[in-house]
Amino acid sequence: MRHTISVLVENKFGVLSRVSGLFSGRGFNIESLSVAPTLDQTTSRMTIITRGDDAIIEQITKQLNKLIDVIKVIDFSEEDFIERGIVLVKVNSEPNNRAEILRMTEIFRGKVVDVSPKTYTIEVTGAEEKVSAFVEMIKPLGIIEIARSGKIAMSRGKKTLG
Amino acid sequence: MEHTGAEIFVKSLLKQGADLIFGYPGGVVLPIYDELFKTPKLRHILVRHEQGAVHMADGFARASGKPGVALVTSGPGATNTVTGIATAYMDSIPIVVFTGQVPTGLIGNDAFQEADIVGITRPCVKHSYLVRDVKDLANTIAEAFYIATTGRPGPVLVDLPKDVLLAKTRFEYPEKVEMRSYRPTTVANKRQIDRLAAALEEAKRPVLYVGGGMILTNAAAELKKLARAIHAPVTMTLMGLGSFPSLDDLCLGMLGMHGTYRANMAVTHTDLIVALGARFDDRVTGKLDEFAPNAKVAHVDVDPTAISKNVTAHIPVVGDLKDAMKKLNAVIAESKVDWKTKHKPWLDQIDEWKHANKLEYVKKTKVIKPQFVIEEIDRVTGGDAIFATEVGQNQMWAAQYLTLKNPRTFLTSGGLGTMGYGFPAAIGAQAAFPDKVVFDIAGDGSIQMNIQELGTAVQQRLPVIIAILNNGFLGMVRQWQQLFHGNRYSYTCMESQPDFVKLAEAYGALGIRATLPEEVGPALERAIAARRPTIIDFVVDREENVYPMVPAGSPINKMLLA
Ligand SMILES: Cc1ncc(C[n+]2csc(CCOP(=O)(O)OP(=O)(O)O)c2C)c(N)n1
Ligand SMILES: [Mg+2]
Repeated sequence: MRHTISVLVENKFGVLSRVSGLFSGRGFNIESLSVAPTLDQTTSRMTIITRGDDAIIEQITKQLNKLIDVIKVIDFSEEDFIERGIVLVKVNSEPNNRAEILRMTEIFRGKVVDVSPKTYTIEVTGAEEKVSAFVEMIKPLGIIEIARSGKIAMSRGKKTLG
Repeated sequence: MEHTGAEIFVKSLLKQGADLIFGYPGGVVLPIYDELFKTPKLRHILVRHEQGAVHMADGFARASGKPGVALVTSGPGATNTVTGIATAYMDSIPIVVFTGQVPTGLIGNDAFQEADIVGITRPCVKHSYLVRDVKDLANTIAEAFYIATTGRPGPVLVDLPKDVLLAKTRFEYPEKVEMRSYRPTTVANKRQIDRLAAALEEAKRPVLYVGGGMILTNAAAELKKLARAIHAPVTMTLMGLGSFPSLDDLCLGMLGMHGTYRANMAVTHTDLIVALGARFDDRVTGKLDEFAPNAKVAHVDVDPTAISKNVTAHIPVVGDLKDAMKKLNAVIAESKVDWKTKHKPWLDQIDEWKHANKLEYVKKTKVIKPQFVIEEIDRVTGGDAIFATEVGQNQMWAAQYLTLKNPRTFLTSGGLGTMGYGFPAAIGAQAAFPDKVVFDIAGDGSIQMNIQELGTAVQQRLPVIIAILNNGFLGMVRQWQQLFHGNRYSYTCMESQPDFVKLAEAYGALGIRATLPEEVGPALERAIAARRPTIIDFVVDREENVYPMVPAGSPINKMLLA
């Protein structure tokens, strides 16, 4: 099963390599990873998308907690949470498909963020399914380049990571 | 008043109560060596290879219970420590390894003798630091010792750039370390302890399965109390040996690949296996699906990742083992169960297994059997000694035939299985206990991996006795080739061997050779009386095998018995 795990870590030199090394060294899979400092500059927040059965996910969260620089770990799969990622897609804009590109962008509440005589660059944010659905829909129109971010996540309601 | 980083290093170690360093100098750590020159209170043992320094720190820690310290230079000095660090990591041994590093301004430049040792060792340390500012140095050292020795212990590496050692700041050593990101669980949950006690009351065929955690937490006395109170049999892993007396009626000996028949049978038939500071390693469980097939599993460990990793625990208890043992003993003391009567049928069954297949070998009059050497070492020392081992058949025979009484008397590389570990570890143990008899039970292959440390032992007058079970083979590998590879002895015979007696003499140590069984006892007595570093070259039966043996991947009740 796909799991979204957020990790609060000390914002220290080498933390990212400790976390990614844990995954590669123990054969856990990372589908995506994002990391940035929090309001408190001494901590960073990582969000990791991974897959595994219950036993593997249990090991992943325990092993993450065991890393000395890790302050807190949340596996969101058990609760209601918000997940967001962003994609930038550069597409061929031909006179005959411009309207379709703009229509898709609107349906997915995206934005055209750059225009050139031959290209449109579109930004879409949302949960994994939405971003993927957008990419699928736009594919037949001719994608030149795509850049997708890792996901970030947050609990709904009052609960926080720390 | 301001102090240099090098001064702060020395002062911090003294504050920490770490007054012995195993080390080897080089360019970037010269400022520290200059301070050591002025600080005789802080003893430094000059090794011959950095791997030796780390194994010595490890042996010192295992024997004494105090953290071991190693100090090496950057680049090759640092990379030479990797095997030692990985060895300590696999066995959860508290050591702190200080490596020199090129000045911060040169890091990343492929500077002379630069190695990214923090990166290289990342998967085999409990934690590591690169100190970038002298102001962080004292705190970092305090944290390093705190992390190495608390929770599940392990090696911590501290990388020290030369400019940090030369820079100055005020010295203040923290009284207490507090880290928001590291708060190991120390207290065992009482409710889980109650569940464990209730399971023991219900069980008909319980087994206490004890690992290295029992030794690391100094809980052997609690184990004795528990086993005797509830009349439950005790089996130990290689790492747990010494935590329960071998000759106790309740002792089953070691379990697993080269475990005793009765231990492996007991674990296969138990209805409650209580894992105490052990981690269900594959050398212990054999084929996992058939391990303890009828058992409920209780697992006490300070490391949550160890629990339900290989074998699902029905009763998990996270916490310090000693604390858990004390609480468990307190609950048991209140129990109304007549344990002796309840477990009599089970103990009778175990007794039958014990007599069905004992540890034994065929004695010969003209050739020395390696098992006989171990029995003689056991007899001559009366068990009052510290035994390190190398890796291979020598290690397994030592584990099987020594009758250990006390924890911290059996030092062996269990997790990594590092040939070359035993001798430097023995030197470290001897440094901790100068008056004790310390043995390295060695193979002719393993001893050549760190033989250079004879120079260290002689220089420091550390009277370690190396007992080589010289079979002229990489014996354990040869045994596998014989049993599983159609007798094809592919590159397991070192046709050229040094004359170990002359080798000892060349280093200024004592060399003794024994080739007949009647020479074994006298050779040992002579070595023990000499009180100087000694090699005894026991020329033993060349193709003796270690039995019982569970072939890798088989269930542990399917033992080859001879
Ligand atoms: C550093 C290292 N290299 C290789 C091995 C694989 N290995 C395990 S036992 C063994 C043979 C050891 O030979 P020896 O020291 O003579 O001991 P014996 O088995 O003959 O008692 C080898 C090569 C190892 N454990 N460690
Ligand atoms: Mg050998």
